[in-house]
Amino acid sequence: MRQRRELPDEAISDKIASAQFMTMTTSSRRQRVTLMASRKSSTGSKRKVQRPPREKLLWMYRTMMRIRRFEEAAEDAFRNARMRGALHFYIGEEATATGVCADLRTDDYITSTHRGHGHCIAKGGQLNKMMAELFGRVTGYCGGKGGSMHIADLDIGILGANGIVGAGIPIAAGAGLGVKLSGEDGVVVCFFGDGAGPTGAFHEGVNFAAVKNLPVIFVCENNHYGMATTSANSNAGPSIAARAVAYGIHGASVDGNDVFAVHAVALEAIDRARNGGGPTLIEADTYRFKGHTVHDMAAYRAKKELEEWLKKDPIERFKKTVSTEKLLDAEDMTGIDSEVEREVADAVEFAEASPYPELDSIEQGVYAD
Amino acid sequence: MTTTTTAPAVREQAPEEERLIFLNQALREALDEELERDPTVFAIGEEIGIWGGAYKVTEGLLEKYGPTRVIDTPISEALIAGAAVGAAITGWRPVAEFMYVDFMGIAMDQIVNQAAKNRYMFGGKATLPIVYRAAMGAGIGNAAQHMQSLEAWFAHVPGLKVVTPATPYDAKGLLKSAIRDNNVVVFLEHKGIYANRGHVPEAEYLIPLGQADVKRIGSDATIVSYSRQVLFALEAAEQLSQEGIEVEVVDLRTLYPMDIDSAIASVQKTNRALVVHEAVQFGGLGGEIASQIQEKAFDYLDAPVMRLGALHSPVPFSEPLEVASFPSVETIAASVRKLLEGGV
Repeated sequence: MRQRRELPDEAISDKIASAQFMTMTTSSRRQRVTLMASRKSSTGSKRKVQRPPREKLLWMYRTMMRIRRFEEAAEDAFRNARMRGALHFYIGEEATATGVCADLRTDDYITSTHRGHGHCIAKGGQLNKMMAELFGRVTGYCGGKGGSMHIADLDIGILGANGIVGAGIPIAAGAGLGVKLSGEDGVVVCFFGDGAGPTGAFHEGVNFAAVKNLPVIFVCENNHYGMATTSANSNAGPSIAARAVAYGIHGASVDGNDVFAVHAVALEAIDRARNGGGPTLIEADTYRFKGHTVHDMAAYRAKKELEEWLKKDPIERFKKTVSTEKLLDAEDMTGIDSEVEREVADAVEFAEASPYPELDSIEQGVYAD
Repeated sequence: MTTTTTAPAVREQAPEEERLIFLNQALREALDEELERDPTVFAIGEEIGIWGGAYKVTEGLLEKYGPTRVIDTPISEALIAGAAVGAAITGWRPVAEFMYVDFMGIAMDQIVNQAAKNRYMFGGKATLPIVYRAAMGAGIGNAAQHMQSLEAWFAHVPGLKVVTPATPYDAKGLLKSAIRDNNVVVFLEHKGIYANRGHVPEAEYLIPLGQADVKRIGSDATIVSYSRQVLFALEAAEQLSQEGIEVEVVDLRTLYPMDIDSAIASVQKTNRALVVHEAVQFGGLGGEIASQIQEKAFDYLDAPVMRLGALHSPVPFSEPLEVASFPSVETIAASVRKLLEGGV
């Protein structure tokens, strides 16, 4: 164990006290660990989650449908050779981004991943600008310079998808530091996958957020595979959420295909972060219905495994719950279905009708004035 | 050998009284003034607060500005670089310190794939005003993992600016400009010159990035250099002057954007060029500089452009080996003599 440095000089002690202004005290950390240890995992909990109001329910359904239809349209365009590059589909995981973002404000931030379309849509991204970006057109979010893996909309707090696994975690910690320095009550949500669990960036980012008590919610979307490597072959320990104990922060495991469960856990974490309670590490158990990329047929997965997960389709589960509990009418949803289909078709049309960026723009936008 | 009667020009004296301060002090003044001036500026890094920075650049700033402006971090270089990205993209102006440029290897993804590219990838919309400061350079015996000159790594990446001052005056003016710049600036401070003293005026001043400085006027050959090697080149020039050789010394100061025009203007006058840097010669910026001089001033050259950089080894520990591994006053002077005899 590391020896604590001797502090013979009173002035130095004062300095240290001052430097630890932003740091949790040891006793508060210990308390958190206790809280965490006594906390029941949300998975398998029979506690009925309170349902959100009607407007929120409609938003949730619309958001999940926008994600699914957007990606289906992108896949179609890709398979018809109208689009190129890499596409990482979020289909099957819609409930996680939707549940987490349901109560974020426009001025809250998210960092996203290579599998980022869902996060972007749930945070309020515009489908036509997203689709145009996927098509490499000048009207896209990034003017065609970024593509699927680099969509950002800084005006609504989307700090960017990311082509490097785990890289968003230190960035989220930095955004959280900025929020804390500003004295405002914003929060930062950091999405990452189980593939980022073993990266050094995960440890450095989560550790720093814990040490400085930053308003960051780390959301691990455990879809069980990093390319073909299973989460079990990537991540040691009982779960990724369990690592919260080691960092002395709150942690939660949640059924990532249950939008209500995700929403409830996220609400608690957001509330804590807004009120100075520091970071939370949420692990959402979910599954990608498609392969790693559009090129991957996922032959490494058992057919039965996919079939089991398809039965847990987050959108179908939502529909079942809202009709069983008589929260929404079928017409509410069919109305949204047709609106979303039109919106997505319009986005594709907008994208394909848009021009490519000018060739003389290649070296533009590298540096700011 | 060319002989000349042109006397070496003396650099214009500052009109005010000389105020000699150390280079690390000049950097501290720059940070202090910018922290004072702009509330969105903050410093972040390992041991910059309580310790005051490994080379005491940030000493006293924690006491003055408190822990929300001078932020000590754990030993997490990727976090330091990434936190700067997250803070910058949300409106802050972080000045992040890496104790040694060698440690930036741990943070390269954040610097190269995130900080440097975010603006471009996001369609020119993001602004990341970040300064990544680090100590670089050999000569003080800390061996292969603390003594490197890695500026070429960064200068090669579109989206980064690279600054390498040689004097306290330049260090202060350039750091202030770097902090005010809306781009990602890698600011490399040679650890062998932190304790050098030089004149720094009391009044505020800025030195624009991307502007070279002719540190000595001469007519027989041009040495293009940066960072501490500029000082070695100036010493070599004094020795050569005793032999009747007048060397012009162009200090690039900023490596990207590079003021190659100043180097070329000098070569057009002297017709001979030697590029000197402490980084390993192979693949170093000397190749880029020499190539541009040859492309743009070929007709003016009386000899091939020469390069002088470090030998192809990690920085050795043992003092005689370390000192012999990179250019010295003697090897620079010898190279100039060779250049005047027709080069390689």
